[in-house]
Amino acid sequence: MATRTGHAHPTTRTYWLVALVLAVITAVEIAVPYLAALDPVRVPLLLLLGGAKFLIVVAVFMHLKYDLKSYRFYFAIGLAGTFVVFAVVLASFQAF
Amino acid sequence: MAIDAVVDQPLEDPSAAIHRTRKTAMWAFLGSEVFFFGSMISTFLLYRNTTLDGPGAEIFNIPFTSASSFVLLMSSLTMVLADHAFGNGDQRQGRIWLVGTALLGTTFLAGQIFEFTEFVHAGLTIRSSPFGSSFYMLTGFHGAHVAVGVLLLSMLVFFSLRGRYDPDQGMNVELVALYWHFVDIVWIVIFTVVYLLQI
Repeated sequence: MATRTGHAHPTTRTYWLVALVLAVITAVEIAVPYLAALDPVRVPLLLLLGGAKFLIVVAVFMHLKYDLKSYRFYFAIGLAGTFVVFAVVLASFQAF
Repeated sequence: MAIDAVVDQPLEDPSAAIHRTRKTAMWAFLGSEVFFFGSMISTFLLYRNTTLDGPGAEIFNIPFTSASSFVLLMSSLTMVLADHAFGNGDQRQGRIWLVGTALLGTTFLAGQIFEFTEFVHAGLTIRSSPFGSSFYMLTGFHGAHVAVGVLLLSMLVFFSLRGRYDPDQGMNVELVALYWHFVDIVWIVIFTVVYLLQI
């Protein structure tokens, strides 16, 4: 589907497929804390799965993959600022 | 010559330019919101172990919160389908998906109210410990964002039903969809960091 700004957006079939992928990732996420065998990699695995869901929603459902690059810039500034705040706050309180 | 050069430039459709400006403003707003929630998540991480001998993450009901998370995640699907339908000029189909999104959002909020009530009965209040304060501030602010989203969705349905929906004026479906998906991605982070990583 082309929008008023001339950028093509995915079809409804793509949206349903993406939702299915998100549902599967969520199911894996919920299972991970209960699987003792995955304890050594639990934290990085959960962060990876959560990060994947985050990126999929932003890229496909929010159309950031298909829209103007300037939109990515504004969102990226917020994200970068957040990581700086994370680092400064947690380092200040010696939480690392 | 210079004037000729300017005149030869193709003029951009004014409505497309306005649309792009409003969308840019929404993305800038969402960028600031990332910062806002990021600050609260880092605060929660700081105080996650400061329970003052009161209840902590052990009282979380992961299966229940997982179901709530799934409901909110699927509301992103209904929202994007509503956006797609309105983009194709099918307002009737779009309204159905908007109502579905609002109902899923309301279900999530009902689950959050139930969860908060259970936690308060278990002794975790906003004043019981820094853990409680940071937990309720973060999840409560997120819940408030969901409530605002449900209100915006309801307004869109109302305006569309009355034949007063104009994508070029006020909040249109695309902007509300961006806001709604943002609320969803914030919960994706909260669910991982606050719930799953703490058990």
